[in-house]
Amino acid sequence: MITLLNYKNTLSTLVATGGLMLASQFALAADLSEAEQKGLNIAIEADKRDVGFADNATKMTMVLRNKYGEESIRRMRSKTLEQDNDGDKALIIFDNPRDVKGTAFLSFTHKAGSDDQWLYLPALKRVKRISSSNKSGPFMGSEFAFEDISSQEVEKYTYKYLRNETLDGRDHFVIERDPVDPKSGYSVQNVWIDTEEYRAFKVDYYDRKSDLLKTLTLSNYHQYNNQFWRADNWMMINHQTGKSTELNYEGWTFANGFREKDFTKNSLARAK
Amino acid sequence: MSFKPLHFALKKTSRSLLLAGLLSLNYSSALMADEYYDSESEFTGYMAIESRYFTQDALYSGQEDASYSSAFNLEYYRDWDDGNKRIVATTFGRYDSQDSERSHIDMRELYLWRGYEDYEVYAGVRKVFWGVTETLHLVDIINQDDGVEDIDGEDKLGQPMLSILLERDWGTFEAFALFGFRERTFTGTDGRLRSALTVDTDAARYQSSKGQDHVDFAARWTQVYGDWDVGVSQFVGTSRDPQYQTITNASNEATGLAPYYAQIQQTGLDVQAIYDDWLIKFEGISIKYQDEDRNTAGVGGFEYTYVGINDSVTDLGLFVEYQFDDRHGDKATATQNDLALGTRWVLNDIEGTEVISSISFDLDNQSKFVSLEASRRLNDDWFFETQARIFTNTAEDDSAYALRNDDYVQVELRRYF
Repeated sequence: MITLLNYKNTLSTLVATGGLMLASQFALAADLSEAEQKGLNIAIEADKRDVGFADNATKMTMVLRNKYGEESIRRMRSKTLEQDNDGDKALIIFDNPRDVKGTAFLSFTHKAGSDDQWLYLPALKRVKRISSSNKSGPFMGSEFAFEDISSQEVEKYTYKYLRNETLDGRDHFVIERDPVDPKSGYSVQNVWIDTEEYRAFKVDYYDRKSDLLKTLTLSNYHQYNNQFWRADNWMMINHQTGKSTELNYEGWTFANGFREKDFTKNSLARAK
Repeated sequence: MSFKPLHFALKKTSRSLLLAGLLSLNYSSALMADEYYDSESEFTGYMAIESRYFTQDALYSGQEDASYSSAFNLEYYRDWDDGNKRIVATTFGRYDSQDSERSHIDMRELYLWRGYEDYEVYAGVRKVFWGVTETLHLVDIINQDDGVEDIDGEDKLGQPMLSILLERDWGTFEAFALFGFRERTFTGTDGRLRSALTVDTDAARYQSSKGQDHVDFAARWTQVYGDWDVGVSQFVGTSRDPQYQTITNASNEATGLAPYYAQIQQTGLDVQAIYDDWLIKFEGISIKYQDEDRNTAGVGGFEYTYVGINDSVTDLGLFVEYQFDDRHGDKATATQNDLALGTRWVLNDIEGTEVISSISFDLDNQSKFVSLEASRRLNDDWFFETQARIFTNTAEDDSAYALRNDDYVQVELRRYF
């Protein structure tokens, strides 16, 4: 359900319908090994702690660096609307570089099946439905793939608890998660989630050949509305190319009163 | 330099133009350099220089092999009343060294928008796009082509209107009253990419006795059904596509062409479906010309994208569309029985490099048209685009026959601000 805006897994459906949904979505609990069940429980708990944020808005700045340290800047603004029984709806407006300024992107994330995505091209005033299967490619030429910053639905992975590990003095669960979608660019991801607040602090991404591809480090967590944690700084390093992208969020606002009609093809075409 | 479109704008929207002039005074206060800010108003735009080189000798006197031009696009918008009111002003202009008809200014947008609880209203000059296909835009009818800009029909003139939009569970519905007909712009005597006889826009003729003042009406309903996006539209009024009548002098020699704009009723359907990585697209129109028979045209095909070819970050998209049109004689189009194939190669690099190529075949007379477009950003503010267009094997009875020697290469450099 969270699209682009936070990392923590979310799970309103599971909470709403409790064990029934669990059983149907994740096969039978009995089929899971102890490590798989524990991994899943951690993902569900992390998600549960982020339920009820209603909506939020933020500004994003990406600093793309090549292996020579040369920089390029991307700027975006985004809005997200929480859905009761499905993934979130999100709208992103691009501000920089200038040739893509005014381009806007609308996505409806779904717990099951592929997401719905539309792109607004301001020069032609055209709203174009696009295929959501391109999730593994670079997002805006950065080291982030769209799947890294989009919805982290519990249902989009299978899980396995690996171990506990201390990082920067914090205790973490380290869980392995395996993307359900065969179009994912990854064979598996390892995620470090702190045992106290269930926030992700680090992710190792392994490519389809199971080689370590990228590492994401999240820092500068702040809590909003006494509940929702968001990391302001996401650092993605590509070990295979030496390139990196630093994604900074600022100006988080929650419960802005966004409505369904703010997330339609019509509102996409009007986004400024 | 022709200011015909500007003259139009002055006549139709003099009050609004004045307003836009005043608004542009906000330039310094609205433009806050590189600071990232919450924009409730903004002034942006670009300047561009363009050069075209034609590789074959000109067919008609007055034409040259090279041309240079410069263009600008300025956009302003302001939101107020908690985002429920907006004003937008966009103006485009070009100066062309070779063709005085291509030198022009147009008010692309100049409208007020207001959002109410259950509906939205637009008043003023707007650009509205309808449709789903890539190689032809049949359903799209609100705006007139700015024909001197490009031959791809994607550059449009601003259309004055009043429209109301409703979003409901059953779909999105928008109704339009279109005031003041915009004539298509045509290449002048000294420009390439024209017919043997030039089109004299001053000689435009209309089926309606009201001429340019005929008020057109249009409505469109769209809805999303899961993986399907569907649109149905109806238009009643002056056709955007003219027919051409020969102008003769006293000794009965043809001296030019007069565009003739008929009254039509056009019903359109556009459908796009997503099936895995496949996008399936269709547009169809049924046109009833006043006092004449009904005609049908359609375009449909698919688009498929290979993501990450050869384990790289590069994507390759393929598209194929078939075009059909049963209009003949003076209503004939270039897409009566044609097949268009294309590729879109996206490098996904920091510079956003893209290469789009397409070839279309006329299945009746074997004429071919090839188009190549490549673009790349140089940095945050500078953007480079180049295109090449080739008319080959063009048959004498093909509408592109007059353009058979007009293969060209174009480069454009843009600076955004």
